Amino acid sequence: MNKIAKLFITFTSAILLTLATISSAFAKVEGDTIVLGAAVSLTGKYSSNGVHTQNGYNLAVERLNKMGGVKVGGKSYKFKIIYYDDESNPKRAAQLAERLINQDGVKYMLGPYSSGLTKAIAPVTEKYKIPMVEANGASRSLFTKGYKYLFAVLSPANQYLEVAIDLAVEKNGGKPVKIAQAFEQDAFSQDVRLGILDAAKRTGSEIIIDDKLPKELNDMKATLVKVKAKKPDVLVVSGHTKGALTAIRQIAEMKVDVPMLAMTHCDAAKLSKQHGKNSEYALCASQWHKNLSYKDKFFGTGKKYDKDFTKRFGYAPPYQSAESSAALIVFKDAFERANSFDGDKVRDALRTTEMQTFYGNIKFGPGGQNTAKPMILFQVRCKGDKCENKVVAPTKWASDKFYHPIPSWSKRS
Amino acid sequence: MDFLIFEAPILMVQATLDGILIGILFALIAYGMALQWGVMNIINIAQGDLVILGGYIAYSMYLAGIHPSWGVIVSPIIMFFVGWGLYKLVINKVVDRDLFISILATFGIAIVFQQLMNFIFGADVVVAQSGYGTTMLFDNVVTLPHSTIFSAVISVLYAVVLVIYMRKSKLGRAIRATAQNARAAKILGVDTEKVYAATFGINAALCGVAGALIAITFTLHPYVGLPYTVRSFMIVIVAGLGNLPAVAISGMGLGVFEEFADYILGTEFRIGSVFMLLVIILVFRRFKLSRKREYLK
Repeated sequence: MNKIAKLFITFTSAILLTLATISSAFAKVEGDTIVLGAAVSLTGKYSSNGVHTQNGYNLAVERLNKMGGVKVGGKSYKFKIIYYDDESNPKRAAQLAERLINQDGVKYMLGPYSSGLTKAIAPVTEKYKIPMVEANGASRSLFTKGYKYLFAVLSPANQYLEVAIDLAVEKNGGKPVKIAQAFEQDAFSQDVRLGILDAAKRTGSEIIIDDKLPKELNDMKATLVKVKAKKPDVLVVSGHTKGALTAIRQIAEMKVDVPMLAMTHCDAAKLSKQHGKNSEYALCASQWHKNLSYKDKFFGTGKKYDKDFTKRFGYAPPYQSAESSAALIVFKDAFERANSFDGDKVRDALRTTEMQTFYGNIKFGPGGQNTAKPMILFQVRCKGDKCENKVVAPTKWASDKFYHPIPSWSKRS
Repeated sequence: MDFLIFEAPILMVQATLDGILIGILFALIAYGMALQWGVMNIINIAQGDLVILGGYIAYSMYLAGIHPSWGVIVSPIIMFFVGWGLYKLVINKVVDRDLFISILATFGIAIVFQQLMNFIFGADVVVAQSGYGTTMLFDNVVTLPHSTIFSAVISVLYAVVLVIYMRKSKLGRAIRATAQNARAAKILGVDTEKVYAATFGINAALCGVAGALIAITFTLHPYVGLPYTVRSFMIVIVAGLGNLPAVAISGMGLGVFEEFADYILGTEFRIGSVFMLLVIILVFRRFKLSRKREYLK
């Protein structure tokens, strides 16, 4: 090959490359499509919740596009999401966020699944000033870093079980209670713990057992033995699904009697299904429940959402899907109020969001967390062998009465 | 640190009983590892993942409406063939090679198994319900779940059967001969290839039993195999190869150690204490061995 030919090839490829970058730099809005980017865990340890997240996003995209899309400047646009699999790995998630922004030219992001991965992505979106609406990162530290482009539709982690302590105090006639707690050593559970510490301080309650659980948790007998010996008024456990499953299994095996048991991740662990009657009376923190009375014009009520989701994906939506769907409603609303595709204008519009969705009220605090929606507590109740989650707190939306105290094992059949 | 266990010494009974019962289960897994280590000179990093796979077999039966306890019979049968296949596919290529290569190979197998289990069974934590009750002792202070007792009994049963099989059967004798001197056994007409495949299969079958027991006593998740590998590695290091009573005793010892660490240091240090103990034992052994001339390299 002679020199001229080589030079020619170099030049053409250089030009093509430049063209490629230019065209992708304007890819945020292609024709009548608004492109959103998301890295979600489709493989690895978060894959089941990653898929719930993706299904939630997809259902909302389908629904919003069908109902007229997003109206900006008198023209109607449709949503499209570019997905990458972050393999449940924070480093990979951060790389993919860079790739979405730099190579795919994405200007608006949706969050990944889990606090850890959101923490990995947030610095990247912040650096490039890309507004991100996330639905699955509840860790309090996400909202204390002064991020300006991060918005979370869910309640922060420290609020998860605070309600439970208030409830315990209420049931104790307003008097302080004795709390036993066991938390996994990860960002999320430690935030839940901070919430309990606040609640204990506020109500003057005493924490008599404060155990930490390992990542490889499958045995928490030691904590339960202490609970048996010290007899607290309420036992609080947070260690993701394995914590919830291990706790119920061993509480039943060791016949630990405690008046009130509060946990996280019951629905993700399918507690009522996996443990049946043994899980009865457990109180569980949840972001959402289909029986709540919130409404919007896209999905209607929670019950309607539950029905539509089940029809589309063949299983009932966990709250991870519901909050993911809500993220898109928030985006649509922000685009229409901003009436622009400018990143900062959209961000400003997001900041002043104040709306009700089927998932709950949404209004962002200064750190980006949703301040308008309380956490709810449901209690597992069984009829025969069939167990169900009944919303019992807060009382404003509660559909059922809270059963307290838990009957002792000798009286349970 | 928590000294409740010293304030209420009855809890020591609980910790010791729990430790022994769970230690027997660890010993079963470790025995499989020791067997294959001794015969084939392979350290199986995938041991824990074979255990978890065995657990998932029992869990699948549970989902199909069969009592998961039957898993202790079905799971080893399936796992035997998994082990056999694994040998034919991968292990026979590394069996005569450097120990390091076998560690790498089994490490690779461990990763593949984790991902496959994640793919097939999902990333959710699952449990199989045995519906066994609980025995309460000392005025309800000490509890003994029947599932743990069941798991200890089954483990002992399998160990005894295996020991008798190794003594009496032709294959058992061939396995022992190969362990003593593979080359001599080969010269005397032992089909060592078959012996290796059978050994790997037997080890996988033992993992299958242990997995089925773990499914009904603890929880299952595709990525929790490693602690079981480390525990069995440690038990074998302490007990030596081909010494079943020592494996049993060091298994129970480890179980009790873990329980006490759990009570005193806290649950978060449970697995950590096992790793720490492993380091201490390795250093100690190295120190002891270095006094013998042949280990001075």
